[in-house]
Amino acid sequence: MIPQEISETLKARFGEAILEAKLEGVLNPSIRVAPERVQDIALFLRDDDHLLFDVLMCLSGVDYTAGKLGVVYHLDSMKRSHKITLKVEVTCDNPRVASVQSVWRTANWHEREAYDLFGIVFDGHPDLRRILLPDDWEGHPLRKDYRVPEFYNGMKVPY
Amino acid sequence: MEETLTQSAGVPGFARALKSEEIVINMGPQHPSTHGVLRLSVIADGEVVVDVIPHMGYLHRCFEKHCEHMTNYQQVIPYADRMDYVAAMSNEFGFVVAMEKMLKITVPERVEYIRVIMAEFSRIVSHLIAIGTYGLDIGAFTPFLYCMRDRERVLDIFEQTCGARLLYNYMWVGGLSHDVQPNFAERSKDFCTYFRPKIKELNDLLSYNKIFIERTANVGVLPADVAINYACSGPVLRGSGVKWDLRKNDPYSVYSALEFEIPVGTGAMGKVGDCWDRYMVRVREMEQSVNIIEQAAAKLPAGDVQSAIPKRIRPDAGDVYVRTETPKGELGYYIIADGSASPFRVKVKSPCFVNLSALPAISRGAMISDLVAILGSVDIVLGEVDR
Repeated sequence: MIPQEISETLKARFGEAILEAKLEGVLNPSIRVAPERVQDIALFLRDDDHLLFDVLMCLSGVDYTAGKLGVVYHLDSMKRSHKITLKVEVTCDNPRVASVQSVWRTANWHEREAYDLFGIVFDGHPDLRRILLPDDWEGHPLRKDYRVPEFYNGMKVPY
Repeated sequence: MEETLTQSAGVPGFARALKSEEIVINMGPQHPSTHGVLRLSVIADGEVVVDVIPHMGYLHRCFEKHCEHMTNYQQVIPYADRMDYVAAMSNEFGFVVAMEKMLKITVPERVEYIRVIMAEFSRIVSHLIAIGTYGLDIGAFTPFLYCMRDRERVLDIFEQTCGARLLYNYMWVGGLSHDVQPNFAERSKDFCTYFRPKIKELNDLLSYNKIFIERTANVGVLPADVAINYACSGPVLRGSGVKWDLRKNDPYSVYSALEFEIPVGTGAMGKVGDCWDRYMVRVREMEQSVNIIEQAAAKLPAGDVQSAIPKRIRPDAGDVYVRTETPKGELGYYIIADGSASPFRVKVKSPCFVNLSALPAISRGAMISDLVAILGSVDIVLGEVDR
């Protein structure tokens, strides 16, 4: 399927949850969806016979600045050989996105990483804890407004 | 204790004293079989693994944060080298392919061919380390020395080309840092002639060794559908019998002009997707890499390797996800540009990170000694897991 058809299919099925589609003039066509519906949409994308997106290639957290965070899902279908990018946007005050780890297991660690480095909370994730940083780390370093703490556990950080 | 006694009341003789309980064993972060600083919390019932919880981050060097603080895109490349440090050429390759796609640059044919040769050399190097250390894990010391000996020959070629043996900073956006030496094609072909019989030697020594087969066949079976759901890639995915290689399925550079096959696991010694299959895919991939290097070295066109290097790298605002096939699997770069001279965001989808996430799924029910064999067959490099 070409990206236009994928976008039409999703709009027909999910209506208002599909917020915006950028399909022309970009390197990877993308569709922006509502953060609370992303799990239903993911399940549909994986199981629908014409779509069959069986691989979640990458899940990335992004800090768009101005109080907005985002999650980007790059999907690939081995059987149908087509790709699509899903995007969601949330605010820094309420960074909650539905977890897709029950749809693609690979999302489990990716979501933990996005939680660790951006502080995005994935609703429905069974084991949402830090993955790369120590458990007692404060703050989320990949946010653009992050400041390196002066002390870690009472020890002065050298720079 | 009271409770146990009551429960086992009625069990005659010594069985009453037998009591089983789960214990947590800590493997790592300093453990020879973890191939780096990885800690595994193993929940064990006697010798049987009930669950494995990997703890990472000991080698986290904030690669993604560093990228955002670079003054230009070119500066990312030396840092990319240090992710999968045993196959640094492949990391650079992915990044420059992504940047060239963003900048809409076409690089000269000569550059593409040299890059492909380098990437395949680094595949051989990476697989030699994977195979050698895997032998060590199982208890075979000699093959490791043989692998290291052959690896040195490739590193000599890298050293002659760009001065560095491990961390190269060789592929630049739009070109290469140096042209190759005049005898490069000849030397590459000589290596191929030298290396082919060595693969057979390795097979005789390790691959078809009875003890090795008994330790690896039917151990850590990863079914194809589980592998796909976990987005495993590279030899881990192909070991499960899935014929999927980005060099064929999503071709980049000049791979579509070269002929090679995709080896997959067939369950020759046990079940499809066991440790032996994953191991054997790597051995067969080295044979294919030798074929690719021979073809590319024969075709190597003349030209200037720096003609397409842009004076100023300043891509238009936008984002791109580009994936390439590294020795470990699918390495993806998700780059967001905001129109300035430095990246707004660089996310690396690391094949080792993703392949490691499938480890608990294939280790449950295995023996503790097999856990070492399973971890070795996944072939992780912690520099890339933690970034």
